[in-house]
Amino acid sequence: MHAPEKPIKVGLFVTCLVDMFRPSIGFATIKLLENAGCKVSVPEAQTCCGQPAFNSGDKKSTQDIARQTIQAFDGYEYVVGPSGSCIGMLHHYTELFDESDPWKARAEDLKKRAFEITSFLTDVLDFNTILSKYDAKATYHDSCAGLRELGVKQQPRKLLAKVANLTLNEMEESETCCGFGGTFCVKYPDISNRMVENKTSNIVDSGATTLLGGDLGCLLNMAGKLKRQGHKIETRHIVEVLAGMTDEPAIGDADYELGQPA
Amino acid sequence: MQITSPAFKENARIALHDAGLQKALGNLKEGFPVKRSTAVARMPEFEQLRDEGTALKNHILENLDIYLEQFEANVIKNGGHVHWCRTPEDACKKILDICEEVDAKTVTKGKSMVSEEINLNDYLEKNGVEPIETDLGEYILQLRGDHPSHIIAPAIHLNLEDVSEIFHEKHKRPKSSDPKVLMQEAREMLREKFAGADVGITGANFLVAETGSTIIVTNEGNGDLTQTLPKTHIVVTSIEKVVPTLEDMTLFLRLLARSATGQEFTVYNTLSTGPRRAGDQDGPENFHVVLVDNGRSEMVGSEFQEMLRCIRCSACMNHCPVYGAIGGHSYGWVYPGPMGSVLTPKMIGIEEAGLLPNASTFCGKCESVCPVRIPLPKLMRHWREDEFSKHLSPKAVRWGIGGWAFFAKRPTLYRLLSISSNLFLRVMAGKKGHIKKIPLAGGWTDGRDMPAPRGKTFMSQYKSRKQR
Repeated sequence: MHAPEKPIKVGLFVTCLVDMFRPSIGFATIKLLENAGCKVSVPEAQTCCGQPAFNSGDKKSTQDIARQTIQAFDGYEYVVGPSGSCIGMLHHYTELFDESDPWKARAEDLKKRAFEITSFLTDVLDFNTILSKYDAKATYHDSCAGLRELGVKQQPRKLLAKVANLTLNEMEESETCCGFGGTFCVKYPDISNRMVENKTSNIVDSGATTLLGGDLGCLLNMAGKLKRQGHKIETRHIVEVLAGMTDEPAIGDADYELGQPA
Repeated sequence: MQITSPAFKENARIALHDAGLQKALGNLKEGFPVKRSTAVARMPEFEQLRDEGTALKNHILENLDIYLEQFEANVIKNGGHVHWCRTPEDACKKILDICEEVDAKTVTKGKSMVSEEINLNDYLEKNGVEPIETDLGEYILQLRGDHPSHIIAPAIHLNLEDVSEIFHEKHKRPKSSDPKVLMQEAREMLREKFAGADVGITGANFLVAETGSTIIVTNEGNGDLTQTLPKTHIVVTSIEKVVPTLEDMTLFLRLLARSATGQEFTVYNTLSTGPRRAGDQDGPENFHVVLVDNGRSEMVGSEFQEMLRCIRCSACMNHCPVYGAIGGHSYGWVYPGPMGSVLTPKMIGIEEAGLLPNASTFCGKCESVCPVRIPLPKLMRHWREDEFSKHLSPKAVRWGIGGWAFFAKRPTLYRLLSISSNLFLRVMAGKKGHIKKIPLAGGWTDGRDMPAPRGKTFMSQYKSRKQR
């Protein structure tokens, strides 16, 4: 672990979904990074990683967004974000430029510095001082990009093992896609819907009271389905639990239970 | 076969509500992936084997012309014939010519996806030659007037009841739902066809350049009877199947069986090296290899070259959550699943097949199980780029992405967009934590709730915290 007197300069990649839907994930990420001895900044010139354009075949827009993101995070030792999918997209930037293009080298450089939060804490900082407590039987969904593009599998489990009062009930097929897939979920709603139904039935069968994951897109999808089906399972991003920031209602839950005073 | 790829979404919707199909697809999940992972776990060097297979295929594709010509020279040396066919029509015509030369009335067929690709059965039938499928799955499909929904388990979309039904109808025997009885019935029906056929047509899993041999792998042994009994054996296959040596072939056989069915080795591995030689006790008098191109040589040197490494094991579709939900027929042509979503646009055109490479969450499971490490999501993305650059993507997608990108490229304006979207959704949600229905977002809210944003955007909150 790095010595605390020499803080590591980290740029937080917020991700567009966290920015819009659940800021607490961003703040929990900052808290974890600061606990681990990092100095965290949030570059203002960031927007989205560009994945919607990349996966829709709009290479030019993707390149523009990639250049903007690369520039925004110049000068940071590390770029860390609470999403395997978005950080995976930052790694894809290397595929966007020809060898002769100077942006190619800059994209390669960003790729070396960009990490998903649980992987950064575990693989880079070897940080395991998790002091939080959370009373729950949790189950963990392995989001596809984090798992297959970045090798995030044991890292979140290693960190969750440190959380007091939390037990992990692994679900069947935790590595199978939940059917979110960015624009896929609205372009092919019937198929997406079936995939998330398969997922929620595995979640329910695990006996867990809380669903955790590392990607807000997938979590919104699964939480939305659990809500529609009437299940009382809480859905949260893993960093909220690791940072001890679980006062906030879970994803899709209200400040108060319906029928009770606010 | 009729192309229904443009109706992919409608096909999928029907498939999702087809109880019989869903039951059959349930068996797929329990079968192939579990068996593959057991077989892989038993072989510590499997990952190394994948690397070797990938590297060897790359080498072959770099030298495809050399190995194909070596293969051809050796087939001729063995007394056989090689026919180069650029299009499906060329291939069908050549095969019909060979059949007519020997005055063939019936041909038996081993399972061959290339013959589906060139639509051979319809062509032969129209020209007075009766094709008889001898692979059990293909035989069942032929009785039903149906088509394969999977590249190695063609009738995977059917249940036992369907087989029982069609056998009873076509064989005119008492109805049975005992798989053993049904199997015996098929065996008896096919036995006389094998003996009476004038020509046997098989595919090939690999072509061996150094010996001029073709090989097919089957678990039923039907391929052996198809190619040894008739006087003429025609192998119909495609150009990327060539491998340099017999030893190279065994590398792929080891990868293929484990990736496909989780077997360590397929039951029958049958090599054909030319026609019957003097002193041979059996074998065909004539041996023909019909090499189909159908767009493959154009893929060499293109961004799709890696697709030509495919050894047709089906692992990608067996593990694909989209294929698992809707089955193979939804894809609307011969090759389903992830490999089909890359190949089909090449063969029938992106205009017809554009929905296929889009129907993926890019979860990456296919690539993670591919024995020759084909980056299937990347190749599907290439098709999306092709579609986008040709202005073929639906207007809603083009305008949606264009409008969104306009903001994403301008951080200050983007802040305003996220602040207003955040506010809009919070107003929609009221005091509830989620939204039941959002105008124009039925794709999401028809099937699930939309969790509401928690408070103002991160960027707004972060700014005000810093100012404090």
